[in-house]
Amino acid sequence: MMAGGGGPAGMSENQQLVTDIARAQEQRSRRWRLKFLATWVLIIVGLVAFILVTVNVDSSFLKDVIPFILAGVPITLFLAVTSIFFATILAALGALGRLSRNPYLNGIASFYVSFFRGTPLLLQILFIFLALPQAGIVLPEIPTAIVALSLNYGSYMTEVFRSGIEAVPHGQAEAAQSLGMNSRTTFRRIIAPQAFRIVTPAVGNDFISMIKDSSLASVVGVQEVLWRAQVAGRPTFQSMQTLLVAAFIYWVLTILFSLFQNRLEKRMATGDRVQRRAQ
Amino acid sequence: MNKIEDVVRLEHVIDPAEVPGHMVKPGAEPIVKASAIEKHFDDNHVLRGCSMTVFPGETVTILGRSGSGKSTFLRCLNFLEEPTAGVVEIGGVVVAASPLHRRDRADEAKIRQLRLRAGMLFQEFNLFPHLSVIGNLVEAPIHVKGMNKKEATELGETYLAKVGLSDKRDEYPSRLSGGQRQRVAIARALTMEPEVLLFDEPTSALDPSLVGEVLKVMESLAHEGRTMIVVTHEMAFAREAADRVYFMDEGQFVEIGPPEQVISNPRDERTRTFLERFLHG
Repeated sequence: MMAGGGGPAGMSENQQLVTDIARAQEQRSRRWRLKFLATWVLIIVGLVAFILVTVNVDSSFLKDVIPFILAGVPITLFLAVTSIFFATILAALGALGRLSRNPYLNGIASFYVSFFRGTPLLLQILFIFLALPQAGIVLPEIPTAIVALSLNYGSYMTEVFRSGIEAVPHGQAEAAQSLGMNSRTTFRRIIAPQAFRIVTPAVGNDFISMIKDSSLASVVGVQEVLWRAQVAGRPTFQSMQTLLVAAFIYWVLTILFSLFQNRLEKRMATGDRVQRRAQ
Repeated sequence: MNKIEDVVRLEHVIDPAEVPGHMVKPGAEPIVKASAIEKHFDDNHVLRGCSMTVFPGETVTILGRSGSGKSTFLRCLNFLEEPTAGVVEIGGVVVAASPLHRRDRADEAKIRQLRLRAGMLFQEFNLFPHLSVIGNLVEAPIHVKGMNKKEATELGETYLAKVGLSDKRDEYPSRLSGGQRQRVAIARALTMEPEVLLFDEPTSALDPSLVGEVLKVMESLAHEGRTMIVVTHEMAFAREAADRVYFMDEGQFVEIGPPEQVISNPRDERTRTFLERFLHG
């Protein structure tokens, strides 16, 4: 392009070079994707081969056991959805407490975060189920799991919400106040909607973790996916099969939710335009 | 000097240099009276007794080096910054500094009243990114003044037309240029029908090619008799649109006067040094 000065021969030479480079890049990335895919296939084939060699796969057993384990999916999802709902409420309250200038509210909120983040979730579940009855508080299995999951996740999410609120630039509050808004209206109308957008991806991630951590409810006998896999596998020493089925179910659930989450985030990024059409 | 009642007795002194501008009706009462404003940031004494008197219809500009305290003074006027001492009166609402006490509800309501009388424009515009342009304009009329949506929308559209952005009504701030954002911010402040507009370096964050459109809007506001206090580095604006220029140095107004005096023929040594450096690099 430097020397050619726009002559027709020079132009076509350059174009040739450009298409060559594009083709080479295309080839390289296609090869990369192929190798990447091959790695996945190899790992999966290897695992399946390992199972087939080491375990005697009984297809009639699987046929019985898969529906039994799948029946736990609604319970697992119920635990996760209900608990993320309550955890979100706790986190919103906790974040307001952590940001409060009131020493009592701030003290309560920071104690809550410190304690429930600082002790194992499994212990919390067992405590509610086994220890609280000594104090006369008896909760059935499913409420036990929901209370423990909500409190535990709420404590983590409190910090997420707090940082989400703090991530809204200070100028936003100043602009709202200089328009005469009081602090309540400023928070409700200006800060909270922006903080909500900031924390949405993190809440999505927590929900994915929650789907898996709901399996801890199996220790108190909630008949969710993992509990069913254990119960089905243990009597005939076929836990390899049942646990793999359970693992696969959790895996698929999290993949499905990640896809949903990606779409949700894309939608929120272009949310401006969507809203406008709706008006 | 913390209780309002005590401070009201502190008489506001009008500096002899604070001669009302040509748009001011004879005998008009000042609309802004800031008396002896002090501000400490820890042991940094940023404002050292700044007073200002602004009459209705005037445009005054505050000039000075970066860090001289201009923005802090402006932010003390509507209590975005809590002054360490002093009194501010805007449109009859009097609020005194109360650095040690957390204000009670009555005090906070009073500060909100003061803010309603003073619209503020920021260097960084601070539009609400989650709301459309018209959403930005109707938010405060609806949620502060309790206007209904239809009234507020009409009001918003009026002021949007005034800044020449009616076609951006449903756009979101992220899709506007800096100059357009600042013009929307001006329209947003106007919807609250304030008695005075406070501009905190409104063009400093703008690309040089976009400064003109904002200054044009500001000049037209000045010419239609709006009361404005403008912290700026735009000499041309100060020279053409201001009735009075306050030159600030190290937290004090060291020279006050009409622009032709302060900018073209400064008496104070510090003003002269600043202008020489500013105008001649």
